Amino acid sequence: MNLNPDQVKKLLSQMLLIRRFEEKAAEMYTKEKIRGFLHLYIGEEAVAVGVLQALQPDDNVMCTYREHGHALVRGMEPGVIMAEMYGKLEGCSRGRGGSMHLFDAKTKFYGGNAIVAGHLAMAVGLGLADKKLQRNQITCCFFGEGAMAEGAFHEAMNLAALWQVPVLFVCENNLYAMGTALRYTHAQQDLEKKGAAYGIASSSVDGMDLMAVMQAANEAVDSIRQTGQPHFLVCNTYRFRAHSMFDAELYREKKEVEEWKQRDPITSFKELLLQQKMLNDEDYQAIEKQVQQEVEQAVAFAESCSFEPVEELLKYTYSEKAN
Amino acid sequence: MAGNLITYRECIKQAIREALLADERVFMMGEDVGHYGGAFAVSKNLLQEFGPERIMDTPLSEAGFVGAGIGAALGGMRPIVEIMTVNFSLLALDQIANNAATLLHMSGGQFNVPLVIRMSTGIGRQLAAQHSHSWEPLFAHLPGLRILSAGTHEDARHMLAPALADPDPVIIFEYTSLLNMEKELPEDLTGVDIQKAKVRREGKDISIFTYGTGVYKSLTAAEELAQAGIEVEVVDLRVLRPLDEETIVASVTKTNRAFVVEDASKSVSVSSEVSARIMERCFYELDAPVQRLCGAEVPIPYPKHLEDASVPQPAQIVSAIKTLLQHA
Ligand SMILES: Cc1ncc(C[n+]2csc(CCOP(=O)(O)OP(=O)(O)O)c2C)c(N)n1
Repeated sequence: MNLNPDQVKKLLSQMLLIRRFEEKAAEMYTKEKIRGFLHLYIGEEAVAVGVLQALQPDDNVMCTYREHGHALVRGMEPGVIMAEMYGKLEGCSRGRGGSMHLFDAKTKFYGGNAIVAGHLAMAVGLGLADKKLQRNQITCCFFGEGAMAEGAFHEAMNLAALWQVPVLFVCENNLYAMGTALRYTHAQQDLEKKGAAYGIASSSVDGMDLMAVMQAANEAVDSIRQTGQPHFLVCNTYRFRAHSMFDAELYREKKEVEEWKQRDPITSFKELLLQQKMLNDEDYQAIEKQVQQEVEQAVAFAESCSFEPVEELLKYTYSEKAN
Repeated sequence: MAGNLITYRECIKQAIREALLADERVFMMGEDVGHYGGAFAVSKNLLQEFGPERIMDTPLSEAGFVGAGIGAALGGMRPIVEIMTVNFSLLALDQIANNAATLLHMSGGQFNVPLVIRMSTGIGRQLAAQHSHSWEPLFAHLPGLRILSAGTHEDARHMLAPALADPDPVIIFEYTSLLNMEKELPEDLTGVDIQKAKVRREGKDISIFTYGTGVYKSLTAAEELAQAGIEVEVVDLRVLRPLDEETIVASVTKTNRAFVVEDASKSVSVSSEVSARIMERCFYELDAPVQRLCGAEVPIPYPKHLEDASVPQPAQIVSAIKTLLQHA
């Protein structure tokens, strides 16, 4: 892959923005500005950045509750995302969804879904609509390896293969479904095989390596666009933080976490760029500064926003206008 | 005699431990019940104490492990299946409605299903629309099931044993918002009657019928109303199916006024059913129409002020009852 210095800086700053944005979100959670569930993506940044760069603005994206990173990369405003997490009216879902339910029609971001595997069949449906309407778009659907134990995963895979829909299924395998390790939840731990079993082209990649993810995603997306057929991509990664803010992490050793942190996707990418002289320390500092500013602005924006009047409680239970 | 303070969480845990110790056939399975210690720390250390044969971590496969629970019950075990929260229970609804609830009947009485399903339920932690369901009415709709609602510490501690002794499938709803709440348990209490509703407070002016988180809310409201000279009777329905009509009728016959409180949205709810039964059985006892305070008809929003506005609050119970009594 040939990338110019501007491209690599953009990729690095996207990963860094996710990291700093979420660190700030965690801080705001402890200050009780953000409530409910908050699932951090820290450690997995290379997956969202590497996969989403392969998409076009017209493509559809569907995610889980661990979706702040994807929303940022997709181009949603950090301030609007932060406002959503604050429960404010100016948030991307009017504050009604919070952290787990970021939605944005402009960037075709069909949400954070908080029922594990609940969105996979919908992704098939989006693909089906694109196919029927002969739109040259694809749908990209992210989920965890935990989701692959649900019947919904298997039904969606079969339908996708049967109906030949242009969907990229991306499994973010971070080795734990909440506190239950992969080895306790999957008899067949070679996850890639589960796509292949349905006749879907499947691949897997080191999800801590941005360039590798980009390459795998580009290949997958190219083939989907050419053939109109689904692809199943497993990205092997790790979450550095707890499952959510309520998790005491009794199920894994600190040592294991530390070992994975040695493979921090941001540090590795930065080191690679420094080595290849695509980036110098000054550039990096400038990126850090820019990202910090964006995050501060996001918080300032969220703080300045308002809460929806309680009189509007019942709004959007049903549509206000005809279709 | 006063017991020691105990959290609702600890009540559930003690009940599970007791059940595991009492009967070798009992085992518990569910998502994150083992290594994680339970999504709400209810089963913390039980894996260490009882081992992986009796505390089984399951994959995310609600339909699978609930179905397997039904099968294990048929095969002679006494499973406690934990569905992490009610929000995920619909993935298993087919197993519950089409197998657990029907096998005894369809088999002409040959195959009963001695299964207990526990799930945590409720609104109040700003978890937004997909994680704030109050689906007790949905399950209470299904013949063949016994539906219990543990709205008090006492029931959280003592409902499990009789549920396991029941030959038929029992679902116990537990309430996440109560987990950290401490109460004293009566020391002499050793069991609860899972056939009957329970009068939690006696009164003569009006009956509140409620369940789940409505119980403590209604008791708080009753306390305040007592200051104003209004004697409220609080009836914890607690057995949502089959409904204990006799306790309801007795209370209405005594107070002549009925008020029903629940978090679930109003339409086609437990309160709809209770109101209808009162109408059928006690019409001529009533001094005023039955009134209800229920959840708003909306998917639950994330922000605190909107979430609070979506479910009955004690202050609303107080003012509604004052109004009702004035106008009667
Ligand atoms: C159907 C369903 N069951 C259980 C849960 C509770 N839950 C939320 S996230 C989670 C773990 C999911 O793990 P995985 O799919 O690997 O994604 P990760 O969180 O690791 O990104 C569980 C059990 C849920 N939200 N939905």
